[in-house]
Amino acid sequence: MKILVSAKRVSDPNAKLAIAKDGKWIEGDVEYILNHFCENAIECALQIAEANDGTETVAVGIGDDETARFIRQGALARGIDRGILVSAEEETIDSDLIARIYQGIVHREKPDIVLLGKQAIDGDSNQVGQLLAEYLGWPQATFASKVEVSGGKAIVTREVDGGLETLEVTLPAVITADLRLNEPRFASLAGIMKAKKKPFDELEIDDLDLEDTATKVQVVGLTTPSGRKAGVMVKDVEELVQKLRSEARAI
Amino acid sequence: MSKVLILAEHDKGALKKVTLNTLAFARQYVAKFGGSYDFAVLGHNVGAVATALQGFGAGAIHVADHADLAHPIASAWGKVLADLAKSIGADVVVGPASTTGKDVLPRTAVRLSAGMASDIIGMTDTGAFSRPMWAGNLTGNVKISTANKVISVRASAFDAAEATGGSSPIQPFASDAGLATARVKFVSFDGVQSTRPDLAEAAVVVAGGRGLKDRFGAITEPLADVLGAAIGASRAAVDDGFAPNDYQIGQTGKVVAPQLYFAIAISGAVQHLAGMKNSKVIVAINKNADEPIFKVADYGLVADAFVAVPELTAQIKALRG
Ligand SMILES: Cc1cc2nc3c(=O)[nH]c(=O)nc-3n(C[C@H](O)[C@H](O)[C@H](O)COP(=O)(O)OP(=O)(O)OC[C@H]3O[C@@H](n4cnc5c(N)ncnc54)[C@H](O)[C@@H]3O)c2cc1C
Ligand SMILES: Cc1cc2nc3c(=O)[nH]c(=O)nc-3n(C[C@H](O)[C@H](O)[C@H](O)COP(=O)(O)OP(=O)(O)OC[C@H]3O[C@@H](n4cnc5c(N)ncnc54)[C@H](O)[C@@H]3O)c2cc1C
Repeated sequence: MKILVSAKRVSDPNAKLAIAKDGKWIEGDVEYILNHFCENAIECALQIAEANDGTETVAVGIGDDETARFIRQGALARGIDRGILVSAEEETIDSDLIARIYQGIVHREKPDIVLLGKQAIDGDSNQVGQLLAEYLGWPQATFASKVEVSGGKAIVTREVDGGLETLEVTLPAVITADLRLNEPRFASLAGIMKAKKKPFDELEIDDLDLEDTATKVQVVGLTTPSGRKAGVMVKDVEELVQKLRSEARAI
Repeated sequence: MSKVLILAEHDKGALKKVTLNTLAFARQYVAKFGGSYDFAVLGHNVGAVATALQGFGAGAIHVADHADLAHPIASAWGKVLADLAKSIGADVVVGPASTTGKDVLPRTAVRLSAGMASDIIGMTDTGAFSRPMWAGNLTGNVKISTANKVISVRASAFDAAEATGGSSPIQPFASDAGLATARVKFVSFDGVQSTRPDLAEAAVVVAGGRGLKDRFGAITEPLADVLGAAIGASRAAVDDGFAPNDYQIGQTGKVVAPQLYFAIAISGAVQHLAGMKNSKVIVAINKNADEPIFKVADYGLVADAFVAVPELTAQIKALRG
C-alpha cells in the first residue's frame, strides 16, 4: 500500500500578524509551524503503515524552499519514508490549484490513500481534500476522528454537525484528518538524523503536466476586523444578574 | 444577471434554520448583481422540506428525492447539485458552511469548473467576498475569477431571511447519483440526543471549558435549562471527553453569534474566540482574572464556577418565578 500525506507550512497561530504592504497577504517574517491537521494526517499514515507491512508513506509540501524544512522535520523525521516538494510561490496558488497539483502527484505516485488535513489554519478554507477527491473521481471521508484500514477499504468515523458519522470507503480514497484523530508523536533524535538521508524530490509545477495552472480565487485584500472591547468586571453573581437584566436586557 | 441555487440544509426532513441565513446572503447577492434564486432540496422523503421553503420568494424549489441521496454522501450530493445547476443554468451555487456544506460544495465546484469561497461573511462594494482567515484574526477579501461560483456561507453572519409570501413551483429533479455512491457506504450515525435548541440557532449559549471537568453537565445543564439555551464547549472540554464533539465552538468547530454567550471555565484561546466573538453579549466566569476571555467579555466574573454557576442558575430561576 502507498499513502500520500501533506506537510503544509502555516504561520504560528500565536504570532502577531501584520498585513503586507500590498495588502494581499501577511508579512512573511513570522514564526512558521507545520499545520496541526497535517501532523494528525502524518500520524495516521504512520499508524496505518505500522499495522500494514510493506506500506510506503510519502509527504508532499507545496510552497517555497522553506517548506522543505517542514517536510523533513515534520514528516520524514517522524518516520515518513520520502518527501516531495513542489515549488510554488504561494501567492500564485489557491486551494483549487493545490488540489490539481496533488492530482498530478497522484498520477505519478498512484497511492491508495491521500491523507490531508481538514483545513489549513492560515487560509481556513477546508477545501483541498474535497476538491482533490472530485478531480480524481475518488470517494472521500473528511473530518476523520477514527480511521481503520483493511482489505482495500477504510472505515472512517467523521466529526459532523449533530454527532459522529461512520462511512466505509473503497480505496483509493481521500481522507482528511480532524484534530481528535490521534496524538501526533514527536520526532526522535534518531528520526531527525535519518530524515536527512531520506529520498527527497523537488518538482516544479511544470513537471506535473497540468492542463492549466490558472487560479480561480484570488485574495485581493486583507483587513483587520474591528475588535471587541473588554467590558466591566462584576463583583458577584448578584451584580451580574442585575447587569444582565437592566443594562444588557439579556435575561 | 445571476441565477443562484441554494442548497437547503435539513435534518431528516425538517428544514434547518441555517438555510434561511444562507438565503439572506443569496438575497443580498441578487440585490447587488441582479437575477433570481432557486432552492435545491436533496435527500430521501424530503417533501416536507420543500413545503417549508414555500413563501421565501424562490423561482423554483427543485427536489432530488432518491434513496441514494438519503445520507449526504459528498460524491453523490456534489454530483447531483452540479447536474441540477447545469440543467437550470445556475451560475452561483451557495450553501451553509455546515459540515455538510463543507463536505459537498467543493465537489460541486470542480464539476462546474467554479472557484469556491468558503465561509463567507459579506461582500465588498467591488464584488469581493469577505471571509475570516487565520482563525478570524484577519478578514480576507477574495475574488472568484471563474464564470461559475460556489460559495459557502457562515450562517452566524447573516440574520435569517423572512418569508415574503407567494408560492414557488416544486420541481422534481431526476437525479443520477448511482455511480457516485458506488465506492462509499454509509455505516452509521451516532447522534447527540438533545431536546435543547440547535447551537447554530440558539439565542443563548452556555459554553463550558476544561475547568468544569467531569461536572461539565452538572454545571452547564441547569443554567441552560432555565435560559432555554444550547450548550457548547471548548475544544479542551471535548478532547477530555466531558462534552460531545458536536458541542465544540471555535475555529475548527461551530461558529455561533447568539444574543447571550456564557463562557464558563474557558480560558479564551484565539481558536475558541474565532467561534464566538461576534456574540452580542458575552459573559465570562473564570477563577483566574488574567485569562484572555475577559478581554472580549462584556461582563466578567472572577469566581469558582462550581459555586458561582449554581448560584447564577438559582437567581435567574427566582427572577423568572
Ligand atoms: C504570500 C501568499 C499569498 C497567497 N495568496 C493566495 C491567494 O491569493 N489566493 C489563495 O487562494 N491562496 C493564497 N495563498 C495560499 C494559501 O496560503 C494557502 O496555501 C492555500 O489557499 C490553501 O489553503 P486553504 O486554506 O485553501 O487550504 P485548506 O483547503 O484549508 O487545506 C486543506 C488541506 O490541504 C492541504 N494543503 C493545503 N495547502 C497545502 C500546501 N501548500 N502544501 C501541502 N498541502 C497543502 C493540507 O493538508 C491542508 O490541511 C497565499 C499564500 C501566501 C504565502
Ligand atoms: C489547530 C487548532 C485548532 C483549535 N480549534 C479550537 C476550537 O475550535 N475551539 C476551541 O475551543 N479550541 C480550539 N483549539 C484549542 C485552543 O487552543 C485551547 O487549547 C482551548 O480552547 C482551551 O480550552 P479551555 O479554555 O477549556 O481550557 P484551558 O485553556 O485549559 O482553560 C481552562 C480554564 O478553566 C479555568 N478554570 C479551571 N477551574 C475553574 C473553576 N473551578 N472555576 C472557574 N474557572 C476555572 C481556568 O482558569 C482556565 O481559564 C484549537 C487549537 C489548535 C492548535
